[in-house]
Amino acid sequence: MLTLLLILIPLISGFILLFTGSKNARQIALVLSLIEFGFALFALNILKSSATESLSYSIPWIPSMGISFHLGMDGISMLMVLLSTLLMPLIIYSSFNKRYSNSHNLYALMFIMQSAMVGSFTAMDGFLFYIFWEVSLIPIFFIILMWGGENRQKTTFKFFIYTLFGSLFMLLALIYLYLHTSTHSFDIQALYAAGRSLSLTEQGLIMGAFFLAFAIKMPIFPFHTWQPSTYVAAPTPGVMLLGGVMSKMATYGLIRWVLPMVPDGVQEYGYLIISLSVVSIIYASCIAIIQKDFKYLIAYASIAHMGLISAGIFAANMQSLQGSMVEMLSHGINTVGLFFVYDIIYKRMHTSEMSKLGGIRGVESRFAFMFFIIVLSNVALPFTNGFIGEFLLILGVFQTNMLAASFAGLSIILGAVYMLRAYQKMMLGETNSLTSHFPKLEKQELITLSIIVILIVVMGVYPKPILDITESSIQTLLKGIQ
Amino acid sequence: MKELIILSALGVLSLIAGLLRIKRPFMVVVIAGLLLNIGFCIMDWNHNENLFNMMTLDNFALAFTILSSSLAILWFIVAQAYFQNSNTFSDHYALVLFAMTGGLLMVSFTNMVMLFLGIEVLSIPLFVLAGSHKTSMRSNEAAFKYFLLGAFASAFLLFGIALLYGSTGHFDNAGISAFLGANKLSGMALAGIILMLGAMTFKVSAAPFHFWAPDVYQGSPTMITTFMATFVKTVAFAGFFRLFFLSFMAVRSEYAMVFAVIAALTILVSNLIASAQSNVKRLLAYSSISHAGFMVITLLCMNNSSAGVLLYYTLVYSISSIIAFSIFKWVKTHSTENEEISAFNGLLRRSPLLAVVMTLALLSMSGIPPLSGFMAKYMVFTAAITNGYMWVAICGIAGSLMAVYYYFKIIMAMFADAPETSEIKVPGNLKFVLIVCSIALIALMLFPSQISSLI
Repeated sequence: MLTLLLILIPLISGFILLFTGSKNARQIALVLSLIEFGFALFALNILKSSATESLSYSIPWIPSMGISFHLGMDGISMLMVLLSTLLMPLIIYSSFNKRYSNSHNLYALMFIMQSAMVGSFTAMDGFLFYIFWEVSLIPIFFIILMWGGENRQKTTFKFFIYTLFGSLFMLLALIYLYLHTSTHSFDIQALYAAGRSLSLTEQGLIMGAFFLAFAIKMPIFPFHTWQPSTYVAAPTPGVMLLGGVMSKMATYGLIRWVLPMVPDGVQEYGYLIISLSVVSIIYASCIAIIQKDFKYLIAYASIAHMGLISAGIFAANMQSLQGSMVEMLSHGINTVGLFFVYDIIYKRMHTSEMSKLGGIRGVESRFAFMFFIIVLSNVALPFTNGFIGEFLLILGVFQTNMLAASFAGLSIILGAVYMLRAYQKMMLGETNSLTSHFPKLEKQELITLSIIVILIVVMGVYPKPILDITESSIQTLLKGIQ
Repeated sequence: MKELIILSALGVLSLIAGLLRIKRPFMVVVIAGLLLNIGFCIMDWNHNENLFNMMTLDNFALAFTILSSSLAILWFIVAQAYFQNSNTFSDHYALVLFAMTGGLLMVSFTNMVMLFLGIEVLSIPLFVLAGSHKTSMRSNEAAFKYFLLGAFASAFLLFGIALLYGSTGHFDNAGISAFLGANKLSGMALAGIILMLGAMTFKVSAAPFHFWAPDVYQGSPTMITTFMATFVKTVAFAGFFRLFFLSFMAVRSEYAMVFAVIAALTILVSNLIASAQSNVKRLLAYSSISHAGFMVITLLCMNNSSAGVLLYYTLVYSISSIIAFSIFKWVKTHSTENEEISAFNGLLRRSPLLAVVMTLALLSMSGIPPLSGFMAKYMVFTAAITNGYMWVAICGIAGSLMAVYYYFKIIMAMFADAPETSEIKVPGNLKFVLIVCSIALIALMLFPSQISSLI
């Protein structure tokens, strides 16, 4: 029941906001998102007392087609729900100083999207998962279309068609599996059983169909071409949702729907995906190095990190999966942090071209300091959350595939190159006519950045509570595979 | 029997009303009559009333009669302006109601003669209605084209019936079915079946006999196009399904491949051509053809549950079509752009209600959850894959992707900025229909099995 509430609260919030008008929309949205976060923490509390059954909710929906409205949460889902419910108030608060036209509609769409994302993180029925997965696409499409920047028409169109294309393959795979279940059911356990009974080639094809959908959404080379332009065209809250939470739907999907469903296929053909992920890491990092615009750099950095997560998932051992879970959480937080930094700079300087900036540290040192911590987390320095994730990931991949791990390790080095260079170009050096008038941070911006920085450091120094959330669920998952 | 009487009586009444020059309240009479008709259908549920061995009002017939009557009610409400503007309104009422009588015959026949009568009673008023913009060249062209090709298709149908009668000795579906089940299929009977298949393919505007549809849809008055794309398509498909389900199930393996090819071809060709259209009316015409392709899949995978799938699909498709056509009509009259996609530019600013509802309808037609169009397509795809027609399902998926492309052209236009920003007022009747239809589009997604397991 609580799980259902977690989906319904944002949905209802969205509809409330549609009718509030834009005057107090920000405050109302913040309160509503905090309520949702409160419920998520409550759910975490229940999960800790190991009463997972109380978090599951199931009623038949379309019995004649074996579809039920089955929700449930284990540690893996919990962490993802926490991520989306934690980021939502942050994203809303970070947009407080910006005036969007018809902002109540923007927040309403964001809430509807959150509802769909929480739904896809908790769905325990293949059909339901697909519905939530697709539904989440519609609000973000309209967010970018209505509040986006230049070229938004073209980019949203490409984004939509591209992701839909991938999803349809997933739908085909789901129908195929459904027809192979003994009782014709979409229930997750029935689908697992059906997937495991398939032949090796079939498992490989099913894996490929799922992977296509997820690889486009993450994105991974060579399916990433929609991403940079979409990130650049999207308004800041939209891109935070896209990069922070929505891309995690794909990696979550890999863990929930691919690994346990077709374990033999993963064992046999997983190396292909690991190689693709490693290529993606290096390719995206190299492109990030030559970027001139900070927003493009964040977009490519995001591809690199998602590549590492994907490699970790297909390495499929305790460390790599734990690492990918932590990295998903920290990448979500860091991406929101980076986009917020971008937003602060762009609002003041009206450019995000790095060569035009410089010396901001001398003008506004508090901002530079906090930005630096976010950068450090992105280059996986110890005592930041980025380190925990990447270290575990590379350790995990190393156990499965030494060669891949050694290349994946480049992600840290190349990451340091582009991140530190960006920092150097924008924050250090001489001030120019533009940056010498860099206005001080406002209180709200300072608070948002501080929260992000505190999260980064706390998670980096003491990650155990987070690892604890997912540990038992991952153990169960791995037991099911072997 | 009551259903047949009430529909034809309404038609005759409207002619009398024309004589007496009763204008205003007649709409109310028609709608009340149709509601009564729906009530009769619900009362007759499960009764299987047999009329002179010519037609049977079984649940299939009743369900499609309820559906088509409800569509007609919605249509009459949005089409008020069409009737008000013409000074020969009563003829138009009568023609539409007679067409509906034909529709009832088509969904309930158990004898080939009734099928042919039904098709003719349905089509002849439509030929007239298509040309009811008497001063418009296009409208005249549409009527003429529709009439010539329609007559041709009817001839094929008759020839098919004759061949079938010659080889089986039966006019009634039960007799034909029994004969085909007991004897080896003769070449003559197969030729008859294929000829009938071709004629029905023409009536439901599926490839390769779809060429009339874009011209006729574009040329006819928009409200008549709406009637053709929703009501007529629904009953034509019901008749098509009924014909093959009642008569030819025994030999379905002989012609199944034809259906598979028709479905795949219709979906691919129509979506491909639709992608290149900039005239919205023509685009919607091609979209209507492509949906016919999806509906043909239910005929391809014919079994006891397919009728329910067809009912659900036609219901969802017709609801979104009513929305799309009536909004298009209203936007067109408020725009200088005529029928081009650019007429929709900036609709969000001009009328948020129209833009949002149109978006819902287009999303539903492109088959994107949480709208019921997704569920309809899902049912069809599952049926195709279950019956081993994976390649048809893949064609369908490719077609859906192409469809997203052109439906989204309209959505993008609505959300784009436009120079013209005058507000569009939405009249009460249109608002009512739009709200009812959009609620239905979402509600049908939540309760699909309640519809699809009805028959």
